[in-house]
Amino acid sequence: MSDTDHGFGNRGNRDASVVNPKGRGTVDGTRRSGAVQPGSGAAPFLAATALRGGYGKADILHGCTITVDRGQIAVIVGPNGAGKSTAMKAIFGMLDLREGAVQLDGNDISALNPQDRVRAGMGFVPQVANVFPSMTVEENLQMGAYIREDDFRQTMDQVYTLFPAVAQKRKQAAGELSGGQRQQVAVGRALMTQPKLLMLDEPTAGVSPIVMDELFDRIIEIARSGISILMVEQNARQALEIADIGYVLVQGTNRYTDTGAALLANPEVRRTFLGG
Amino acid sequence: MSGSRQSAAANPWRAPALLAVLVVLFVLEGSLSNALFSGSWNSALGILNMGLLSAIMALGVNITWGYGGLFNAGVVGFLALGGLAPVLISTAPVPGAWDAGGVRVVLALVVGLLTLVLATIVARRVPRAWKFWAAFAVVGVGFVIYRFLFDPAVIAIEANNPAKAGNIGGLGWPVLLSWPVGGLLAAAAAWGVGKVALGLRSDYLAIATLGIGEIIVAVMRNEGWLARGVLNMSGIPRPVPYELELQADPAFQARVAGWGMDLATASGIWVKLSYAALFIVIVLALIALSELAQRSPWGRMMRAIRDNEVAAEAMGKNVTRRHLQVFVIGAAVIGLAGAMMVTLDGLLNPAGYNPLRYTFLVWVMVIVGGSGNNWGAVLGAVLIWYLWIKAEIWGPAMMAVITAPMEAGALKSHLMGSAPHMRFIAMGLVLLLVLRFAPRGLVPEK
Amino acid sequence: MDIANALVAILNFVVIPAAAYGSQLALGALGVTLIYGILRFSNFAHGDTMAFGTAMVILLTWALQAMGVSLGPIPTALLALPFGIALTAALVLMTDRWVYRHYRRVRADPIVLVMASVGVMFVMNGLTRLVIGVEEIRFDDGARFIISVQQFKAWSGLAEGLSFRTTQAITLIVAALSCWALFRFLNRTRSGKAMRAYSDNEDLALLSGIDPERVVRMTWIIATALAVMAGTLYGLDKSFKAFNYFQILLPIFAAAIVGGLGSPTGAVAGGFIIAFSEVAVTYPWKKIAGYLFPTWQPDGLLQLLSTEYKFAVSFVILIVVLLFRPTGLFRGKSV
Repeated sequence: MSDTDHGFGNRGNRDASVVNPKGRGTVDGTRRSGAVQPGSGAAPFLAATALRGGYGKADILHGCTITVDRGQIAVIVGPNGAGKSTAMKAIFGMLDLREGAVQLDGNDISALNPQDRVRAGMGFVPQVANVFPSMTVEENLQMGAYIREDDFRQTMDQVYTLFPAVAQKRKQAAGELSGGQRQQVAVGRALMTQPKLLMLDEPTAGVSPIVMDELFDRIIEIARSGISILMVEQNARQALEIADIGYVLVQGTNRYTDTGAALLANPEVRRTFLGG
Repeated sequence: MSGSRQSAAANPWRAPALLAVLVVLFVLEGSLSNALFSGSWNSALGILNMGLLSAIMALGVNITWGYGGLFNAGVVGFLALGGLAPVLISTAPVPGAWDAGGVRVVLALVVGLLTLVLATIVARRVPRAWKFWAAFAVVGVGFVIYRFLFDPAVIAIEANNPAKAGNIGGLGWPVLLSWPVGGLLAAAAAWGVGKVALGLRSDYLAIATLGIGEIIVAVMRNEGWLARGVLNMSGIPRPVPYELELQADPAFQARVAGWGMDLATASGIWVKLSYAALFIVIVLALIALSELAQRSPWGRMMRAIRDNEVAAEAMGKNVTRRHLQVFVIGAAVIGLAGAMMVTLDGLLNPAGYNPLRYTFLVWVMVIVGGSGNNWGAVLGAVLIWYLWIKAEIWGPAMMAVITAPMEAGALKSHLMGSAPHMRFIAMGLVLLLVLRFAPRGLVPEK
Repeated sequence: MDIANALVAILNFVVIPAAAYGSQLALGALGVTLIYGILRFSNFAHGDTMAFGTAMVILLTWALQAMGVSLGPIPTALLALPFGIALTAALVLMTDRWVYRHYRRVRADPIVLVMASVGVMFVMNGLTRLVIGVEEIRFDDGARFIISVQQFKAWSGLAEGLSFRTTQAITLIVAALSCWALFRFLNRTRSGKAMRAYSDNEDLALLSGIDPERVVRMTWIIATALAVMAGTLYGLDKSFKAFNYFQILLPIFAAAIVGGLGSPTGAVAGGFIIAFSEVAVTYPWKKIAGYLFPTWQPDGLLQLLSTEYKFAVSFVILIVVLLFRPTGLFRGKSV
């Protein structure tokens, strides 16, 4: 629920003949980007450090730090309300940070708005509402490639090769697809920009275990092609199995940080966060 | 959400401050005579009376908007419908009109209503695939019968003394009685519209009320048998004495002489003051009722529904029903104002019902005053009405200053000629500025 | 039974006027539906944008006529139209910059934008009155008829005449061309698809690198162009009167809703449905009945509703559609 009380409270929101809340955004799209600063040289490929901030007055993130190296799969796990999705949004510039910096590929991009972070090489797949429902699969991918001026047909073929199931439905509206296929379209859309970093917010939420395994396989495939992956996951155990690095977030701060295998082996982590 | 509204709680001095500003404005209008003010108490009281009526309209809108969060874009229609009541209730009966076709008209209207009811029943009972066509057939047959009954009767009524009457005529009852009737008429229309526009998955109230508003005004313009249509209905009885009666009354003459005033001016002021007193009583009564309602369990429920419809629905509240209720009540108040306005003017002039003036200006009043706050709506209404009237004078005054260095010519005379229209721009700007810098209005909701 | 004359009368009094009126409504409804789909509110200022734009076109037409410019048989207003659109679009973009953008920035509820559009409506209304007044203005010049009644009668030998006015032909052509261009734009071009994407899911459009402000600007420009075209064609076809443009808001909204708010196809279909019903319901069918059933002598004019009630027609259709198909005929989807 967003805090959108601009004088009228909740009045008038029901009247479909005057207002259209469908597809409405939560992010201020009018914000202009600031300048990109040179980052500190030795930082990893993505380094989001000491993030503090939230949606309203109360902070959700209390100084958490997330880093991903080139070609790595990083996974954020943690209990509900730990600020996992908020951290992702913060890294993508979708909420105002009070403190902290985001560095990508040696540049400090903290002042960029989300549109320009896409241009800087980041791709983001939100947890919900991650396709354009009334547009066809093909159009969804085209919109993914919106910022590209070059010929992106090859990338589209790669996406279709990666996800053969959606290739057959390229002329169908994305809103009519099954949950798993929609998730594939969503990932495909993000890949169309040829990002250097792909961020996935709970990509397996609400899909069947078979589809989940398949999606994880594809994610590994994507990482092997040299794209860094940052992913939030509810299915922590499976996700940590494929993670090069794992973060356990609790109340907006890092509780444990280690390789995926080490976290899975850590009895404390197992007992508290992986259910034994 | 409610938290931030609480935190921005209103300064308790805002309403009295705005009231003081209004008092100063009216005193200036009444006492100062220059390019900006007329210096006539008659004019000041004239503005005040219409301002008070606007305040009642604003209260009506504020009930639907402030308590229910519903957007009524057809204020003008309910207002016009309310204005029908003084004509039907309190004007003298027209000899011969009822005999010419009164029964037949009533019968036709009953048939029309029954057709709609029957169509609704049919549409509910018939299987899905056929329900549209079944209802369509019922309406078609009903319409033919209706026209068969209606047309000759209307022709007969309108042929009855067409120069002076041609309408069905009134009942000759006291005019004050017609005010609540005006409210009832508007409420009935609102119930019909609301039943349809509020019963769907989401509301379509704004567009439905915009439509019904236009239709009601069109009906009043064209149905000459009802209230003479565009020929206007004048001579509507008054609840207060006439100026000429006062001027002829020796007691009044003596009193005026004692005050050292001009008899004509004094009688005008006296009449306007009587109206003002009457209107203020009604405004205060409406505010009191409205505030009482707001503090009652009913009002708490309305607020709960407005702030979180989903939760209210989960608690078993019938949201649609409550919305219909609040919409009908709001329309009734607007209808009441409509009846009062026609009484004040002594004239029903259907061509004068302009949606910009009577729907959207009332909305400006509510938003500027403060949505959800009755005092805000009332003070905002009087303020906006004052500005609306004075802007027509201030516009040309300002334009005269602007164009003073220009040579006389077509452009200058065009600008001077269209300067009164600047009040539309002024009202738009007032609304935009308030929305931007004081979105809760001048007197925000507590 | 005289089918030929009946058909000609139907064509002359119902089909041609309704098609022209329907095109005007469709253009207006397209603008409303685009703004509803992308800016997410119903723009109450749309009627007054039409009026202001038409006023600009009229002033430019007068200027062109004063300079002796003429398009021969085609109304000069058509030449002034692009400039009128440009001027109006400039004003509308200024209102976006000064009024609406703020509310996008603070992510205000759409209802706040509705209220703001009421304010803009007042301002636009005042500006229109200021620049051109409230009088009725006719500004069509050039050839009045493509086919006149006399010509048709002489050619066909029928008792019933048929006239096809230049303004009606231009209305149909301009409307068809602009609809075609708009649909092509929305379905084929990158910018058009970006608009649809933004309408579908604002946040995801942002995440695809689409600049929302650019989408919004394009929407205003397109909607304004459609509105000024609709207004000018309506004015050429009938006459210009500022208040009529306010009143046409109801059939335009009705057309957009009947078709399904947010759906351009729906807006066009809705425009024609409203226009044809309005004309058919308010047309006195007595003459045509006389051709078809010469022996039947009805008392009345066989007019279902008098012309003054034409707004009731849009309203009734609106209610019927909402009752039987609440999402509109074409399911309000995305732009």
